[in-house]
Amino acid sequence: MSQRQVLQGRLGRGPGPGPGQRGWGWGWGWGSGAGARPLTRRSPADPALPPAVFEQYQRARSQFAQAVADFAARPQSIDTLRSAGVVCLLRPLLLDVVPSIRQTAALALGRLADYDVELAEAVVKAGILPQLICSLPEENRYYKKAAAFVLRAIAKHSPQLAQAIVQSGALGMLVICLEDFDPGVKEGASWAFGYIARHNPELSQAVVDAGAVPLLVLCIQEPEIALKRIAASTLSDISKHSPELAQTVVAAGAIAYLAQMIPNPDAKLKRQVLSALSQIAKHSVDLAELVVEAEIFPVVLTCLKDSDEYVKKNGATLIREIAKHTPELSQLIVNSGGVAAVIDCIGSCRGTVRLPGIMTLGYVAAHSENLSMAVIVSKGIPPLCVCLIEEHEDHIKAAAAWALGQIGRHTAEHARHVAVANVLPTLLDIFVDTCSSEDLKVKAKKALKNILQKCTYLPALEPLLHEAPPSIMKYIIGQYSKVLPHDSKARRLFVTTGGLKKVQEIQAEPGSLLQEYINTINNCYPEEIVRYYSPGYSEMLLERVENYQPVL
Amino acid sequence: MAAASCGREQGASMAALARLQERLEGLREEYFLTNRAIDEDRKRKYKAAVKIQRWFRACRVQVCLRHLTKMVILIQKWWRGYLRRKHFREIVERAYFIKKLKFYNEMAVRIQKTWRGYYVRKYIHNFYALKKYLKAVSMNNEFVRHELQEYTEMKENGEKMKDLEKKDKEKKYQARKMHYLLSTKQIPGIYNSPLRKSPDPMELLLRKSKPLTHRKQPVKSPFADELYGWPTCKEPPAFVTSLPLLPADRRKPQGPFRDPAEVLRQRYKPLEPTLRARESMYSAPGKAREPTRREEWRNPIHDNEFLPFSSYHKNYEKYEPSLFKSDKYGQGAYGTKYFREVYPKKWIADKDFETLFPSIALFEKFGKTYSSTGQIV
Repeated sequence: MSQRQVLQGRLGRGPGPGPGQRGWGWGWGWGSGAGARPLTRRSPADPALPPAVFEQYQRARSQFAQAVADFAARPQSIDTLRSAGVVCLLRPLLLDVVPSIRQTAALALGRLADYDVELAEAVVKAGILPQLICSLPEENRYYKKAAAFVLRAIAKHSPQLAQAIVQSGALGMLVICLEDFDPGVKEGASWAFGYIARHNPELSQAVVDAGAVPLLVLCIQEPEIALKRIAASTLSDISKHSPELAQTVVAAGAIAYLAQMIPNPDAKLKRQVLSALSQIAKHSVDLAELVVEAEIFPVVLTCLKDSDEYVKKNGATLIREIAKHTPELSQLIVNSGGVAAVIDCIGSCRGTVRLPGIMTLGYVAAHSENLSMAVIVSKGIPPLCVCLIEEHEDHIKAAAAWALGQIGRHTAEHARHVAVANVLPTLLDIFVDTCSSEDLKVKAKKALKNILQKCTYLPALEPLLHEAPPSIMKYIIGQYSKVLPHDSKARRLFVTTGGLKKVQEIQAEPGSLLQEYINTINNCYPEEIVRYYSPGYSEMLLERVENYQPVL
Repeated sequence: MAAASCGREQGASMAALARLQERLEGLREEYFLTNRAIDEDRKRKYKAAVKIQRWFRACRVQVCLRHLTKMVILIQKWWRGYLRRKHFREIVERAYFIKKLKFYNEMAVRIQKTWRGYYVRKYIHNFYALKKYLKAVSMNNEFVRHELQEYTEMKENGEKMKDLEKKDKEKKYQARKMHYLLSTKQIPGIYNSPLRKSPDPMELLLRKSKPLTHRKQPVKSPFADELYGWPTCKEPPAFVTSLPLLPADRRKPQGPFRDPAEVLRQRYKPLEPTLRARESMYSAPGKAREPTRREEWRNPIHDNEFLPFSSYHKNYEKYEPSLFKSDKYGQGAYGTKYFREVYPKKWIADKDFETLFPSIALFEKFGKTYSSTGQIV
């Protein structure tokens, strides 16, 4: 006998004992008649035999699940699926005997729930969740991945759906998935956690209580980039809600690993890592100090030069969250050259990406006058001016106006630097412009007020004198009234440029502050000049000519 | 006589009486007036006497009183003078003290003013330190900007290099695919027109490239259908219990190969450990075999490990350069050309050290000569 025959014979019970086998039951293929036949010769189309029926049914189920999964990937066919009540049809397939059908059914459900809120709610209402998670620990990794996909597709739509997931006890199962060896399963589980924790602090707390945070920190250390990204994004979502949650994340030792990943070349990973660090640092001084102690400076500054816009934005956000707490932290940022990097970043970006950088400069300058002078010396004012002029969005302009106000409000020197950069007319234009929003006007006015109250650089005040509305005028006149009594050259210039004339034209209520200032200014000049420039002087002179009796 | 005298007397008396009666009318008045005058005189004199006495007594008393008053005034004057002088001394002392204090205060204010001005200007709002700091900040900023610029340039270069490499790889792949466009001796290829002076660079690339082999059919692994990934399945990693089915349309490889079914069977034969291996080493017969095992280990015939294949030792002896000195472009010179860091500048002399004295011949022979019994001397 050749080897092949032996092989076949072993499978198919070769020409051995014949009719005696008939009594062995209706099992696998030896039945009526002439000895045994190899299994492959059984005719599949014979419906009378039970195994064929079972095969057919299994094949039908598998095909149905596969087809629904494929259709669910296409948005145009989902409505038809929904109207056919596909969710209820898929539910029993989740408990099927064959693993591949279970997986495909779970995948199809995930794609359906991913599409929109109503389908997700339908999935939850159909009671899928308990069945999905009941047997999760014993399942293989493909099923776990599909189940995690379903959970995350449901949780992403609204807090109520996420709450439903939490209440069905899925968090424990997701934690088991997080402990799995396969990186794809871990990724799916952490993604689901991320979407659950995103909505509100209670859900975040539920995620933390399930013990996910240490496992997420372990996930960050894995070599796969996609897993690192998702884990970082989940930690960011958890810690953004409250200081206690951020403290939990920090206590699991996340900061060191996140800080190590900042120099990584992958742009999306950097986005998530920077976002996570900034969500941690934003809550309190202690957390910000912990983040700084992880030696992120000066590595973070390289992120501000990255080619990806969002990496720059998140890097600037991180620096802003650190700078806003105390003057010492701002000092640290200035000393490590962070201010220069932020200024360059503002100069090179456009749009909302600039906003955190602008706010960083504002916060740094607000703390003390030395820091403000450091910002000025690092050439911070020109980019802010450019922002004010170029940007279309009101909130970015408002932020730029606020930042300029913070820089210029400390002493006369600071105000002079700001005024020399020709900022004041721009601010005035913004304030007067009718299509600026309320918030923008308020901020522009405050910035103008702060700068004007310290500004003694008269050439910059002069163009404002001619155009300003009354609410700003009193500050300008106030400044003139402080400077003019002591400086004779300034007085001369004031007269020759028409400032005195303008001052005389101002109507002010007697006894108000503005009137006092005007009086102070008038007292600096001889009587005749004041009268000469007062309005209606030419008419008065002509009247005198009329009434004059010539002496003959 | 009595009678006569009486008579005369009566007569006289009668005359007196008549005279008296005449005067009586005026007597009463006279009497009244006289009495009145006397009374008044008496009263006047009485009053004058009283006045005089009063006056005299008053003078006496006044003298007394004056004397007393003068004495009292004297005493009070001296006493009050004494008291006031005492107070005056105190007032003067106090005023002096206050004047001194005011002076000291002013001087102290002057000192504090100068000191505080100096201190604030030097330490707290130190203008020059601030200037220096701002200069240092701007220098640091320049440095940071420069570094970041370099970093961006480096990254850009890296990306450009990656792009170039990708394009290069593309080109090479295309050349490999189109290797048949190479020109032969008879027929010039399309990149090697005879009208050109030199062949096109593509032609040169084609000459260099190796033709692609046929794409292999992706062999479906017999385990692809099995859905139990081994890390997560509950049963331990079992050996294959059923033989894998080979694909039906598999081409028979050319050559004197054994029947693949037989080979597979042999390869996937389940483990049948010998009785000796199946037994635990702590069981009684196992422990009994322990001394023989030890003796075997102690007295091997063959010390060298049996190397299974002839080329095995080549892997064994392969030299692995240390990470420390290998870089992308080949091995560094350390370890091959020089073995230590050398600082020629620190050398005292040009040549190596030489021994000045010849060594002692007797000591040279130590350990090298043998006595008659064969032991080393």
